Amino acid sequence: MSEQLTFTYTIDGNDFTRAGEASSSVKNKLKMLGVGSDAIRKVAIAMYEGEINMVIHADGGVITVSVSDNDITMVLADKGPGIPDISKAMQEGYSTAREEVRSLGFGAGMGLPNMKRFTDEMHIDTELGKGTTITMKVHL
Amino acid sequence: MTIREMQRVLNAQFLYGEELADLDVQFVFSADMMSDVLAYGSKCSVLITGLCNPQVVRTAEMLDIVCIIFVRGKMPDENMLALARSKSIAVLATEHYMFTSCGILYENGLRGGA
Repeated sequence: MSEQLTFTYTIDGNDFTRAGEASSSVKNKLKMLGVGSDAIRKVAIAMYEGEINMVIHADGGVITVSVSDNDITMVLADKGPGIPDISKAMQEGYSTAREEVRSLGFGAGMGLPNMKRFTDEMHIDTELGKGTTITMKVHL
Repeated sequence: MTIREMQRVLNAQFLYGEELADLDVQFVFSADMMSDVLAYGSKCSVLITGLCNPQVVRTAEMLDIVCIIFVRGKMPDENMLALARSKSIAVLATEHYMFTSCGILYENGLRGGA
């Protein structure tokens, strides 16, 4: 693989049952590209948590995944409410999710910590009322 | 232990994946919170849960889990089973509660991932 490959997905914020389709598609594409299974699992988990977050908190968004020789980069951009306190949001167990989200198995305050746990680099750029862009990298 | 053996000891129904029944599994994770499964279950190939929605199958898919066991009599709907089929994930359902299901599998030699 000498040139960079890029995939873009628009995430529907209104359909929880379809959340994860983009992550599933990326997982399959990486498998076809011959990426190692450990790296694929890390990307799949981190992106899936991000995708769920977009549906829960931000009414959807856009995910761009780029694959190069050295790493896989995921950029998750939404126009949601923004994150008021990033350090709190990064604490395991801290959640602002609604009760109905918890009943679906998410919103336990593990999303962002999991995204950090399974990636080698993570950067959060957020502005209240404007949206959030999260950039994550998994090294190959 | 194979998926078929798990089905037998849990007195479970095979909802999908009879052709996967001879797969051998060792490590199991159990939770109703899918975020916990994603955080701590990545070394496991079986998921035991009482949560019943499509994100259970998606979560299993992300972790390369080969078998989902629904406890407390929870029954996945046709959409969930279709998703599991498309990802080749076996699906069992048992009337046992989660604690009992875990205990039975532990007694039979299966372990948690950590």
